[in-house]
Amino acid sequence: MTTPDAMALGNDPQDVTLAGTASTRRNVLDLDDFTPDEIASVLDDTGAMVEVLGRDIKKVPTLRGRVVVTMFYESSTRTRISFEEAGKVLSADVINMASSGSSVDKGESLLNTGLTLQAMGVDVLVVRHPHSGAPYLLARHLPQVSIINAGDGLHAHPTQALLDLYTMRERLGSLSGARVVIVGDVLHSRVARSNLWGLTKMGAQVVLSGPTTLMPLDLLSGRDELEEDHPFAQVEVDTDLDRAIEGADVVMALRLQSERQQGGFLPSIREYIRRWQVTDDRLAKARSGALVMHPGPMNEGVEISTSLAHGESSVIEAQVTNGVAVRMALLYRLCAGRGGRNGEGNS
Amino acid sequence: MASSGTERPERQIMDAQEIQRSMSRIAHEILERNRGVGDLVLVGIHTRGVILSQRLAENIQRFEGSQAPLAELDINLYRDDLQARENPRVRPTKFPVDIQGKRVVLVDDVLFTGRTIRAALDALSDLGRPRQVQLAILVDRGHRELPIRADYVGKNVPTSLDEEVKVRLTETDQNEDVIIVKLGREIK
Amino acid sequence: MLNRTHNRPVLIKGARIVDPGRGMDAAGDVLTQEGRIVSAGPILSPSDVPDGTHSIPSNGLVVAPGFIDLHSHLREPGYEYKETIATGARAAARGGFTSVCCMPNTDPAIDNEAVVELVKRRADADALVRVFPIGAVTKGRKGRELCEMEELAAAGVVAYSDDGDPVYDPNIMRLALTYTLDLGMPVINHCQEHSLCPGGVMAEGWTATRLGLPGIPAAAEEAMVSRDLALAEMTGGWLHLAHLSTAGSVDLVRQARQRGVSVTCEVCPQHLYLTDEWALGYQGDTVRTAGTLNYDTSTKVYPPLRGRSDVEALIEGLAEGVIDCIATDHAPHELASKEVTYEEASFGISVLETALGSLLALVHGGRISLSTLVDRLTVGPARVLGPSFEQYATLEAGSPADLVLFDPNLEWTVDTSQFASRGRNTPLQGASLKGRVVATMVEGRLVHQDFGV
Repeated sequence: MTTPDAMALGNDPQDVTLAGTASTRRNVLDLDDFTPDEIASVLDDTGAMVEVLGRDIKKVPTLRGRVVVTMFYESSTRTRISFEEAGKVLSADVINMASSGSSVDKGESLLNTGLTLQAMGVDVLVVRHPHSGAPYLLARHLPQVSIINAGDGLHAHPTQALLDLYTMRERLGSLSGARVVIVGDVLHSRVARSNLWGLTKMGAQVVLSGPTTLMPLDLLSGRDELEEDHPFAQVEVDTDLDRAIEGADVVMALRLQSERQQGGFLPSIREYIRRWQVTDDRLAKARSGALVMHPGPMNEGVEISTSLAHGESSVIEAQVTNGVAVRMALLYRLCAGRGGRNGEGNS
Repeated sequence: MASSGTERPERQIMDAQEIQRSMSRIAHEILERNRGVGDLVLVGIHTRGVILSQRLAENIQRFEGSQAPLAELDINLYRDDLQARENPRVRPTKFPVDIQGKRVVLVDDVLFTGRTIRAALDALSDLGRPRQVQLAILVDRGHRELPIRADYVGKNVPTSLDEEVKVRLTETDQNEDVIIVKLGREIK
Repeated sequence: MLNRTHNRPVLIKGARIVDPGRGMDAAGDVLTQEGRIVSAGPILSPSDVPDGTHSIPSNGLVVAPGFIDLHSHLREPGYEYKETIATGARAAARGGFTSVCCMPNTDPAIDNEAVVELVKRRADADALVRVFPIGAVTKGRKGRELCEMEELAAAGVVAYSDDGDPVYDPNIMRLALTYTLDLGMPVINHCQEHSLCPGGVMAEGWTATRLGLPGIPAAAEEAMVSRDLALAEMTGGWLHLAHLSTAGSVDLVRQARQRGVSVTCEVCPQHLYLTDEWALGYQGDTVRTAGTLNYDTSTKVYPPLRGRSDVEALIEGLAEGVIDCIATDHAPHELASKEVTYEEASFGISVLETALGSLLALVHGGRISLSTLVDRLTVGPARVLGPSFEQYATLEAGSPADLVLFDPNLEWTVDTSQFASRGRNTPLQGASLKGRVVATMVEGRLVHQDFGV
């Protein structure tokens, strides 16, 4: 019963291999389909990539001849440059496609743009899109290209979560049992969502704190009849940040978009600051030496106090550095085993 | 050995003692040729080359009373066959010492096509400019595809292409020996 | 012009006759002649059958009055790339529908006599089944000024609706319900309070949150259902609620009925058969796409597919009779409008050709009787459309020979490439359904037959 239409509408049985398996991963769409072992191995590889980034000559020939296109339908500096640097350090040819001044302006659909890039022989497509699921649409229709989700709508941002996991594991030694408090607009945060998957898979104890209007309560309740032992069952929600932060190993503040106040989710930024800003006083209740994280870009003085953002506990800059390494590890992984020249095994 | 009676024919070519003797001899040869520890840096290639380099360093320490600096090199980022590899892993490269102007001895377990050593040479050149690079190998099985030869060899073993040489060391494997496994018709 | 009548008599022999209007569910024969039912009931002796009668062997098949669809989008004029009256009517025939009411969200909207005439002319020329236009409530469906509703009635519309959008303004809704009091036709409202679901694309709940998609809470529908029931109660006007999708809406209607409010309502096959989880790639209890999210845009529909408990409440409401009828809300779209992100995709499912197969699951599952199902597809919608439609909802001798013959047990796999509809947008692609239309007759003429091999 396979028809071209059926395939186009995503009903094709080949979908089963959309994300690939751990041994032949084709796409990185979210962390929900990663096993703990696979996450651990990506973090291990990331460590090796950090070494490369520490060299005088930050260049290895690994991905020579590979073409990586960054396709950003949302403005971004940090993530796009991070991917670009990751690709270039690995010697891939990295092409940035800006949505303005391109075929996007001419109304070309996401899918047609993707098909065009596939026809040009692109190996990896790094996609950021304001709509949840956009990378899945591409992954379903572009069998020759690996897709990396660089943030889709409210849904997921797996590379950010992996760099957060790496940063935490590096500092804490292990993620298992770590108490991680995520503060702020969890409902609209793709970073928080991917971290929820990653952290729970790695055995961390996650606590969410923030206004009730911005908590993803539906997600936590789970779909028991379909997902037994769903990984979010142990996630706590505590709107009282002063209580939630007690004994925390990590406090992650999320960016508060000003639209949220306009959308009526919050009475005022002032009230938000009073209740949920991560401050020195509040951090004092966490475990001593607790890490302060933020996915950036920060609104200093809103979700995080300025002194904390740049203080000793902050690992925010390390997050940025590790972001490049994580993306190198993923590009490396996706480009391997993609056929091409027939290499002889070394011995 | 385990080879008798197994369906997959394998034969031992070195036992634990022979490996130990080879490492001991190579350590002597390195010292002799380089006139002591001096500017030496031992660079093990992941994974078994790292172990062998540590054993060489222990021997050198015993013979000479001084420490040869150790480094670890992972060549995965320099391989020329990434496309053919599924689920590749990278291990950390560790260079606690500067190799600028040093005599580097690369250490690996088996020398075959020479491509690993080619990759290692590329990697080394990204990390500094040593005065000289030498190569120490436990088993040279022939079939070179590049103009590369070892300076120190534990054992030369003629093999055919449908065989695989396996070095097993206690640190990573259960046994301590070198065996040849027949791959049958499958030629990689 | 297609010649609708079929002069040669047709005998449907040995079928199970399900004719809820007459309380009949029994084996027997149906004879038609000159476009009319001659007899539907007892087994006919050879002497009762005229010479030259075309006999259709019907063992194991069910014959019923042709289905009446209160709610279809035939897209013509204006969106012929999605569907035309001809293709939509052919899809209807394949689905066992002999009468189809088409919604006015065309371009231009069916909001004046000229467009009604156009639709009727096209239908006369091209349609295999009866097509009845529904007129807009407000000019251009813009929700501001009432259409010339009497003119529309005179031109032949059978109801009023701004479907595709709700009548947002409560005062306009009040006036529409009042103004139509002497026109004898219902005002059909598509209930959704948009301010409760900005940007919403699927039912609010676990699935939407899991996919990161903006949700549409049940309250968005129920708030407007409540409002409209209050207005109907106040005005005494005839309210018909389109495509109910939540348990709360069923309760509200049940309570309003008890108070004597003049309200009728419909439910769609998709809301009785599918749940929001289908957007994840779940197909009922089985996982269609493992290991990854699906974002299947063919599941995007207004009102959204909801959870299991809503589906159960709708089935109960249907069985109980709180819900008068089943309407398809057939909403065909071209492929390109679904090959986009979920948020960009058009709302709507192509339903006509899978309706019966999915609805029979309720019968096979013991939730409703076959007779009740047929009632909700024939007598129910006819009641909403008024007394002149009763003749199309029965097999009584003398009524028009509009009927459907189906095999309730035939298993088949949905293959959208075989659809007559231009809309291939259905999450049921590849699904296995049990029950399929074998033949459809409109005014004595076989407009669809598929006796298989």
